[in-house]
Amino acid sequence: MALLEIKDLHASVAGKPILKGINLTINFGEVHAIMGPNGSGKSTLSNVLAGNEAYEKTAGEVLFAEQNLDDLAAHERACAGMFLAFQYPVEIPGISNMYFLKAAVNAVRAYQGREQLDAMEFLDFVETRKKVVKIRDDLLERAVNSGFSGGEKKRNEIFQMAMLEPKLGILDETDSGLDIDALRIVADGVNALRSPERGFLVITHYQRLLNYIEPDFVHVLVHGQIVKSGGKELALELESEGYASWSGEEGP
Amino acid sequence: MKIQDEKSFDELAGKQYKYGFVTDIESDSLPPGLNEQIVREISRRKNEPEWLTEWRVKAFKHWETMEQPTWAKVEFPPIDYQAISYYSAPKQKISAPKSLDEVDPELLATYEKLGIPLREQEVLAGVVAVDAVFDSVSVATTFRGKLEEMGIVFCSFSEAVQKHPELVRKYLGTVVPYKDNYFATLNSAVFSDGSFCYVPPGVRCPMELSTYFRINAANTGQFERTLLVADEGACVSYLEGCTAPQRDENQLHAAVVELVALGNAQIKYSTVQNWYPGDKDGRGGIYNFVTKRGHCRGDNSKISWTQVETGSAITWKYPSCVLKGDHSVGEFYSVAVTNNLQQADTGTKMIHIGKNTRSTIVSKGISAGRAQNSYRGLVRIQETAENARNFSQCDSMLIGDRCGAHTFPYIEVGNPTAQVEHEATTTKIGEDQIFYCNQRGLETEEAVNLIVNGFCKEVFRELPMEFAVEAQKLLGISLEGSVG
Repeated sequence: MALLEIKDLHASVAGKPILKGINLTINFGEVHAIMGPNGSGKSTLSNVLAGNEAYEKTAGEVLFAEQNLDDLAAHERACAGMFLAFQYPVEIPGISNMYFLKAAVNAVRAYQGREQLDAMEFLDFVETRKKVVKIRDDLLERAVNSGFSGGEKKRNEIFQMAMLEPKLGILDETDSGLDIDALRIVADGVNALRSPERGFLVITHYQRLLNYIEPDFVHVLVHGQIVKSGGKELALELESEGYASWSGEEGP
Repeated sequence: MKIQDEKSFDELAGKQYKYGFVTDIESDSLPPGLNEQIVREISRRKNEPEWLTEWRVKAFKHWETMEQPTWAKVEFPPIDYQAISYYSAPKQKISAPKSLDEVDPELLATYEKLGIPLREQEVLAGVVAVDAVFDSVSVATTFRGKLEEMGIVFCSFSEAVQKHPELVRKYLGTVVPYKDNYFATLNSAVFSDGSFCYVPPGVRCPMELSTYFRINAANTGQFERTLLVADEGACVSYLEGCTAPQRDENQLHAAVVELVALGNAQIKYSTVQNWYPGDKDGRGGIYNFVTKRGHCRGDNSKISWTQVETGSAITWKYPSCVLKGDHSVGEFYSVAVTNNLQQADTGTKMIHIGKNTRSTIVSKGISAGRAQNSYRGLVRIQETAENARNFSQCDSMLIGDRCGAHTFPYIEVGNPTAQVEHEATTTKIGEDQIFYCNQRGLETEEAVNLIVNGFCKEVFRELPMEFAVEAQKLLGISLEGSVG
């Protein structure tokens, strides 16, 4: 079975059509990259998949591990194994990162019919995940994303992904605003989480992230449609030629 | 995620007030209405000494000259004080219960429903001594023997009047005088019962003392009076919880709490107030017009107020500290939640008189639905208060876009050595925050609880352990369905 099957997906934001017929299949173990100019619908795609109600799906069908996404509320999609690393992670003052993660991990486990982790088991689990994605202890103790730098927020997203062990990880422009060191740390985390049981959808404007996270497939999204798909070499092609030939706009 | 659309208000209608049951007990009430006769009759029924009767009558006569205050940011139709019954006592087969066995079993069943550990064995488990006030009289005071051994007096106010008249006379009205304000004056005239506590010099009370209030009878006002005295070097922590049955009409609750801390004494007073808030259209609910004040009389004394207010149709309440002793400390930690059409105008007063006095105010207001939530606080540094310090933090959180949050800080500084700090923030639970939590697997209601509890954390950690858990749950219930 496919991990994610998107069939003729249309979506609007505030009544304005953005996605105009997306078709995409991701299998377990694959990493797909979606590239496109600003305003092409990249973030809309990730938000529609994750169930953000500010985005309205108007037509088409999406199957996630053979389940119709229409039947799942946002939190159920997360519990079923879909993880969105946000482009702009929000701050939640007063709630420590650890407390938040424990609530999230146990919510997902409850949904999946697995036993709840008590405080000690949870701490042990955190230790094992810290070996996969490095994160400073003080970031775990501080309130969720509060006062984090841009790089720290993104690293926190990847650490959360490591904790929640999703089937599908969607990275929404995770590279935006990162310097080269932060980019490498984030990419190392994602690479450590690559496995035959997990797929990734990496959404990015720039090719440089794909130097670190090597995709199996690259798709070009322009004006709400995938206009070209290919292997990783397509990303390099875009880097040199830009999006201009499809969109009639200046490339990056 | 749409916040606060019409649908979510419909869902709110489904929300039930968990404590809205009525206990079928015969009660011995005075007819509605208020005049000098009624005041004297209350005093007579309670077999009070003459000085107390006259004190009540003086208060009543003064009250007749007063007008109901209008400065608070709350709106309600005029109260008909002649339509209220000022005394309602559950009828007992025996005039005063000597043990729990003599208390009406239905009454005990009510308390069980509320989860109050009235029976002593349950009390032992919780290590809390409870004085339970049902309508106007105190029903049973638990754990008394153990406290008596240490010289601690903890009993109903009426009993204190009979057994310790000298203590009552010495302190009654010394913190909140009978002329203090409209509602306190009314209370002074008609108060029917309440709790009394006296902790002798140097004694640390070994357990949390607790009062539980419940309004049961219809058309009754509850006017309880609490007086708590910590003598030199004494230390006591006191909890107060409140509920009321669900009724269509509004009920008046005008209590007075007086705290006295002598030299080196410490009093911690915690309240979880969950009176019936009225239904989603604002019908019914308790008018909670309460005067609470503490005097730090001696040097190095300390009074700390912690309150979690989720109930009542209207709350009008300003637990205050008068810091008279040098180096005395006043604290106020508050969470006030308003939903639907609830209104709260609450805050504190910190009056610095002594040298090196310090006060801390942390207020968290949460508004949902169409509720209005105001913080009103006064910090006054008198000329005599050398090196006084105050820190105030007032945070408001809005859920939805039809509610309001207001802050009215008053700061009066009469001594140039004072340091006064005031911080205020207003935040809104954002759809983006909720979606972020959803995307990590948390349901919307759980997400709201998480965010709200994070917001209130500084106050919750001041509550005694078992109360903190209760308060968190209460917050969840109060905000149920406020985000749809």
